[in-house]
Amino acid sequence: MGYFLEQTGNALSLGGIYALLAIGLAVVYSILGLINFAHGTLMTLTGYILVFTAMAGLPFAIGAPVAVILVMASAVLLERIAFRPVRGASGATMLLTSFAVAVLLQLAFQLFISTRPQIVPLPAVLTTTLDLGGFAIGVNRIISVIVAIVVLVALNQFLKRTILGLAMRAAAEDFDVTRLMGIRANRVIATAFAISGLLAAVASVLWIAQRSSVDPMMGLIPVLKAFIATTLGGLGSLQGAVLGGILLGVIEIYLAAYLPDGALPYQGAISLGIVILVLIVRPQGLIGARKEAVK
Amino acid sequence: MTPMLSIADLDVRYGAIQAVRGVSLDVAEGEIVAVLGANGAGKTTTLKAAVGLVPATSGEIRFAGTAITGSDTEDIVMRGMTLVPEGRRVFPSLTVSENLRLGAATRRDAGEIARSRDEMLTLFPILAERANQAAGTLSGGQQQQLAIARALMSMPKLLLLDEPSLGLAPQVVDDIFDLILRLKARGLTILLVEQDAVAALDIADRAYVMANGRVVMSGSAAALRTSDEITHAYLGAAPEPPLESTGA
Repeated sequence: MGYFLEQTGNALSLGGIYALLAIGLAVVYSILGLINFAHGTLMTLTGYILVFTAMAGLPFAIGAPVAVILVMASAVLLERIAFRPVRGASGATMLLTSFAVAVLLQLAFQLFISTRPQIVPLPAVLTTTLDLGGFAIGVNRIISVIVAIVVLVALNQFLKRTILGLAMRAAAEDFDVTRLMGIRANRVIATAFAISGLLAAVASVLWIAQRSSVDPMMGLIPVLKAFIATTLGGLGSLQGAVLGGILLGVIEIYLAAYLPDGALPYQGAISLGIVILVLIVRPQGLIGARKEAVK
Repeated sequence: MTPMLSIADLDVRYGAIQAVRGVSLDVAEGEIVAVLGANGAGKTTTLKAAVGLVPATSGEIRFAGTAITGSDTEDIVMRGMTLVPEGRRVFPSLTVSENLRLGAATRRDAGEIARSRDEMLTLFPILAERANQAAGTLSGGQQQQLAIARALMSMPKLLLLDEPSLGLAPQVVDDIFDLILRLKARGLTILLVEQDAVAALDIADRAYVMANGRVVMSGSAAALRTSDEITHAYLGAAPEPPLESTGA
């Protein structure tokens, strides 16, 4: 029982991170039809900002919010420089643009920083474990679950209660008519990127809190997983992204915990196999969003 | 007097297709002006160009005396002209209230916005009943009411209506046309695109008839109602099914 609860903690922590990343992808996709593979680069960038703020002598509790703000700004800047010129182009054009951005930034990290992992110094509290009578769970994992919940609730409130949030939901359904409401297209799109940057940065901080290092490729795998999660949940659906993210985390952790030793090397294949099975039954994902991208 | 909307020699091209050819039309303050014609005549494109959703290839569009050709849709709406698009296009997963709230996105005064909202809910009682329901669950006629109410929330001086009767039951169409007359009585200027020419000419002051991207006839609604040419050439035929995917 203790082992099961421990693994459930791990599953929710990983699932929460996937969910944050998946929503970040979904927010941009639902409005622009762009699958942004440079999302992972934003994660990596967050890691390096944490390294540099630590080198500058700033404590983690200040470095983390600084990283989040800078990465939000970078995401908005990325849209201005890289994605605005191809706005309205085909999905494939935008996808390739995002690959190009990802590769360029990755190379920049390798050239100007290092190809080797850099240590991110973490406060001691993050590396301690709490004994909750019968099972132990890392403080970093508890914080990760709490932060993910807080961010998701805040995002939900933003989308429901603010005019800009309503505009984001409206733009995901009908971009032209959103403009007819007098809402600036650029403002909605910049907000989408700011939100995706925020989510990537928060996810990255949580991810690093469990690994304490960053390398140029760090964001690649988690964002690939997040992409799988959005597909699983229903591409373009924000609720679907959360559901898909948590589900993927749960599947991965439980498989790793309960597969017999001989089958462990196939954990990745089995979890992807489960995803494929779900998609065969429900090609539109668990929460089927509309099929067409808006613009 | 300066017309509220004045379109001069408008051309609109979609790639190789020229949807609008040298269209000129005026709408004076307080008028209902109808634009009639078959599918693909260029009516919808003319409206879309007026609000900046498609770029004018050439020609000039003036709103209340100011040239707005090439302006962003957002700025045009801010100036007081908005469009209720064909097919209603309410935001289906947003509630009725949220749709109305977005209609007032250009306005800042929360008290004023709340007052407009109450006014809309009085004007359209069904929307008050359904305020917290997703707009996608409304019937076609209710969605049309919501689309008009949403547009009115921006306090336009000029309202462009694209095929408000499309796909609605005859009784509902009558209600919508009554509503348009009431809006006129409240001082709103209206440019109405319709395939149902008989109904449109009933409420309009003046009308333009378009075919193949051109204005082929214009005049007072009364004169057009009695014109044999109109009856035979453009209005006699049964309405075609709504196929306008590009809105041309």
